[in-house]
Amino acid sequence: MNLLKLSWKYLTHKPLTTGLNVLLLALGLAIITVLLLVQHQFEKKMTQDAAGIDLVVGAKGSPLQLILSSVYHVDFPTGNIPMDEAIRLSRNRLVKQTIPLALGDNYQGYRIVGTNHDYLELYQADFSSGNAWNEPFEVVLGATVAEKSGMKLGDTFSSSHGISEGSHDHEEHAFKVVGILEPKGNVLDRLVLTSIESVWYTHDEEDEESEEQSEDHHERFHHEVTKTGFPQTDEDREVTSLLIQYRSPMAAVQLPRMINSNTSMQAASPSFEISRLFELLGIGVKILEGLAYVLIAISGLGIFIALYNSLKERRYNLAVLRAIGASRFDLLLLILLEGISLTFLGSVLGIVLGHGFLSVLASQNETGVGAGLEAWIFLPAELWIVIYALFVGLLASLIPAWSAYRTSIADQLTRK
Amino acid sequence: MLFFTKDLQFAYPGQARYHFQNISLEAGESLLILGRSGSGKTTFLNLLAGLLIPDSGEVVLDGVLVNSLKGVQADRFRGENIGIVFQKPHLLAPLTVKENLQMARHFSKKEGLDLDQLLDELNLSQKAHSSISKLSEGEAQRVSIARALVNKPRLILADEPTSSLDDENALKVISLLQNQAAKIEAALIIVTHDQRVKDQISNFIEVQAP
Repeated sequence: MNLLKLSWKYLTHKPLTTGLNVLLLALGLAIITVLLLVQHQFEKKMTQDAAGIDLVVGAKGSPLQLILSSVYHVDFPTGNIPMDEAIRLSRNRLVKQTIPLALGDNYQGYRIVGTNHDYLELYQADFSSGNAWNEPFEVVLGATVAEKSGMKLGDTFSSSHGISEGSHDHEEHAFKVVGILEPKGNVLDRLVLTSIESVWYTHDEEDEESEEQSEDHHERFHHEVTKTGFPQTDEDREVTSLLIQYRSPMAAVQLPRMINSNTSMQAASPSFEISRLFELLGIGVKILEGLAYVLIAISGLGIFIALYNSLKERRYNLAVLRAIGASRFDLLLLILLEGISLTFLGSVLGIVLGHGFLSVLASQNETGVGAGLEAWIFLPAELWIVIYALFVGLLASLIPAWSAYRTSIADQLTRK
Repeated sequence: MLFFTKDLQFAYPGQARYHFQNISLEAGESLLILGRSGSGKTTFLNLLAGLLIPDSGEVVLDGVLVNSLKGVQADRFRGENIGIVFQKPHLLAPLTVKENLQMARHFSKKEGLDLDQLLDELNLSQKAHSSISKLSEGEAQRVSIARALVNKPRLILADEPTSSLDDENALKVISLLQNQAAKIEAALIIVTHDQRVKDQISNFIEVQAP
C-alpha cells in the first residue's frame, strides 16, 4: 500500500463522480485532439497536393471551387474551357509548364481524370504494377481506388457520367486497367487517371450514338495518345482546367491579371485560395476550440468540487492518517495525486476518443477529402494535451491539497 | 522507565491552563486516565501522543523527548512508536481490512508484526479482504486496534475505545489491548469513563479540570 494506490482506491471508491469528471475532461480533450489532427493533416495534405502548382486556369466562376475541383478533386468543376485558348496561354513566355485536365466522369465515386504523363511526374508517382497509359481507354488506378474496388491489371470497367456516384453509366466503351500506383498519401490515391482522349471519346459516343462505328472505330480508339502537352486534334475540343507552373516570379504578378481580364478563363492561385478557405473554416474551428476549453474548465471545476467535498468527508480520515505516521506532505501528495491521476486518465481517454472519432470519420468518407485522414498517427502536440490536462488537475487539486496539508490533527480528532 | 511525563502544562488560546500530573509506566504496564467530560482527558492524550505540543514540561518515550520532535520526524516517530486507538474506528473506507493495516505499515520503516498472524490473533482472518463497510462495530474496533499494533509501538494510547460497544465487545477489546500490549512489551494508556474498563484495570489517575 502506498500513496498512489491509496489515491487510486479513493477514486475508484466513487466511480460515478470520478467517471463523470473523467468523461467531461476526455470530451474536451477529444475535441482538441480531433482539431489538432485534422488541422495538421489537412494543412499537410493541402500543401502537398498543391506543391508544384502555381496557378490553376479554368472556366469563370468561383476561384475556390476551381482550386477544389482541379487540385483536390472534391468540388464540382466550374465548366470547360476551349482548347485553342488554353494552348495559346501555354505558349506565353511566363509559363514554364502546363498540364491540361479533363474531368467529368467517375467510377464508383472515384474521379476519372484525363491528363498527360506530366501529371504523374508532378506528384512523382511510382507504379506498384503495370505502367502508364498509351492508348485511349487505358487507365491507371490510384492505390486507394485499386484497394477498395479490388481491380487488378487487365480488368475492365465502365465509367459513370458526372463526378459523384449513381449517375448514368457510359456503357459503350470499357476502360482497361494498365497500371496501379503506389500509395503516397496524396490526391492521386483516390483518382483514376487516363488520357484526355479517353474522356473525350467517352462523351463523343454519347453524342454521336453509333453512326459511323465500325469503319474508323479501330483507327480512332487504337492510336498512341499524347504523353505531354496538349493532344493533337482537328476538332473543336475542350478541357476542364490547366495546372500551370511559372517560369519566373514575375509571372505571379502579371499572369493572373492577364488571364482574368483578357480571356474568357479565370486564374486562381492554390496557396491564396487555400489560406482563404482556412480563414473561412477558422471561425468554426475557433468555436469548437472554445467549446473544448469550456468543457475542460468545467471538468477542472468538477474535479475541484469533487476533491473539496470528499475532503470534508475525509477530514477525520486524514487526521487518522497523520496519527498513524503520515506527514503533512504525504497528505498534500495524496490529494494532488488524486487530482492528477484523474486528469491523466481523462487525457488518455480523450486522446483515444479523439483518434477513434477520426477513424470513424475517415471510414465514413472514402472518396472525399476526409478519406486521406490518418486516424492513428500521433503528433507531438498531443503530449502537450496531456501536460495541459495534468496542469488543470494540479490547479484543481491545489486548494484541497493545501487544506489537507493544513489540517490540524489534534483539533480534528478531538471534534467528535 | 519506558515512558514518563514531567510537569506537563498546556493552555488553549484564551483559556485556563491545564497542569497535568506526572505519570510513568514500565513496559507491559497499563494505566487508566479517568475524568469527567471537559476535564482535559483528551487534551492530555493528545499531548502524550505528540499531537499537541505542551507549553512546558516533558514527554519521554524510550529515551526520546517526544515534544521536541518536529515535522516529518515527529510524524515518523509517532507512526513507528505510538499506536493510537480512537473512540470510533475511523478506518479508510476504500480499503480492505488488510490494506488498512498495510497503509499503517507504509509510514514506518521499522520491522512490524506479521499481518496475517495479527489478524488471526484478533479473530479477523476471515475478514482480511472484506471491505470496511461490511464489518460490525466490534470487528471495526478490533481492526483499529490491529492498526495501532502493526508497527510494534512502545506506547499504546486508547481514547474511550469501548464507549460505543456492548458489554461483550467492550470486555474483548480491553483484554485484547492488555494482552497485545504485554506481548509486544508496550505501555498501555486508556482514557475512559467506562466502569467496565475500571473493573479490568486497577491502575489509574484522575484528571481535574483547571
